[in-house]
Amino acid sequence: MSWKRWSLKRSPWVFHVNTGACNNCDIEVVDCLTPRFDVERFGIKLVGSPRHADALLVTGGVTRQAAPRLIRAYQQAPKPCVVFAIGACACDLGIFHSGYHMVGPVDKIIREVDPHAIIAYVPGCPPKPEAMISGVVRALAAL
Amino acid sequence: MTMNEILHNLFVMLVFPGLLFSVACGLLAVWIVRKVTALIHHRIGPPPAQPLYDVLKLLGKETLIPEAGQKVVFVLAPMLGFAGSLVLATLLWRGNLRPGQPFLGDVIGAVYLMAIPSLALILGGSASASPHAAIGTSREIKLVISYELALVLALIVALIKGVGAGATLPLSLGAMAAQTPVWSVSGMLAFLISVLCVQAKLGLVPFDIAEAETEIAGGVLIEYSGPLLALWQLMQAVCLVALPLFVVTVFLGGFGHTAAGMAGGVGKLVLVLVLLILIKNTNPRVRIDQAMKFFWFLCGPVLLAAIALAMIGRARGIGWL
Repeated sequence: MSWKRWSLKRSPWVFHVNTGACNNCDIEVVDCLTPRFDVERFGIKLVGSPRHADALLVTGGVTRQAAPRLIRAYQQAPKPCVVFAIGACACDLGIFHSGYHMVGPVDKIIREVDPHAIIAYVPGCPPKPEAMISGVVRALAAL
Repeated sequence: MTMNEILHNLFVMLVFPGLLFSVACGLLAVWIVRKVTALIHHRIGPPPAQPLYDVLKLLGKETLIPEAGQKVVFVLAPMLGFAGSLVLATLLWRGNLRPGQPFLGDVIGAVYLMAIPSLALILGGSASASPHAAIGTSREIKLVISYELALVLALIVALIKGVGAGATLPLSLGAMAAQTPVWSVSGMLAFLISVLCVQAKLGLVPFDIAEAETEIAGGVLIEYSGPLLALWQLMQAVCLVALPLFVVTVFLGGFGHTAAGMAGGVGKLVLVLVLLILIKNTNPRVRIDQAMKFFWFLCGPVLLAAIALAMIGRARGIGWL
């Protein structure tokens, strides 16, 4: 394993993108930072700019308004960058499956601009913080 | 210069107390900040090598340069800031550990060097061509204008106290490290305000106005990624030791030659660092106008009073003033 991958696994900084979520997943994402779960133990840090990010946490099915913004946020992140689809809507549009305002799930939008993007899925409505931590651990192990 | 002198100078610059030592101390200090913060939150916090992992990871990532940005300045600014902080740290450590070989006026040099990291941030932020960075830059400029005056006034108090102790003005770090102006009314006031200035210089809460992650998303650093961001992180890490070291040298008596003095010096350094961390974790961020009013209209007059007290104490020979 190269030193780049080795250090990336020990310090994944995440940027949170809301592409049309109902805020439920967002609350659970922030829950991971609380003393109960404390993801800083693993070096995970929430950052304010996609330029600093190693992972995008995308919540919500992608609406027409949000799709170009999601693509821009992904392009602005330095590679290697993992995309996490957090929650049922981000993974597969969930209950908004036939909604007129939805462009598609997160993986479809990201694959349009980068077919080789690394995408991890954490289903649930909303997923528990334990599920998110497990998702991050598995995605990092697969790197 | 002989070969030996060249080798010795290279060692001082690159290993001890220059590059390697300063960076190692800085990363350790970053870990202390994050760990103590976590303990205050009742969390466990990151492992000791976490700052090193962060820097290594950033060094291995892609560098993105904004298309509309001023590319040369954008790339050179973090290097300038890191270099400035390293020279500052080397100068301060040398003044403390080798007081026998000072050069006159290295205190003034240190004051100049302390402004370089902020200047580099201003340059880098204004070269990023991002509105958030522009707001961050303008706030950083205002912050520099706010605290520099207070810091220099605090330094003047320490200098006046030094005149009382010796015959000549102790304009070298070695001479300043030999006295403890903090054990007097004026010295204590100047020490407390200089700690607040260091808080602002390091960009820690409540003076993290220029970075303000929650409102302008990193401010001056918003467009930086990869190795250039790693350089900024290293610069902030080195400053996290160098600026408290300056306060320790000027007000708390610095490091001694003996082993006990060394241990005491490390203790004082950690004490100032923990003071900074406690202020960071118990205060909300202030607005830039509040910060400016605080430094100019509260700290300014208090420091002028402290200077007056110190002058009276010196003229009348009253040590505790």
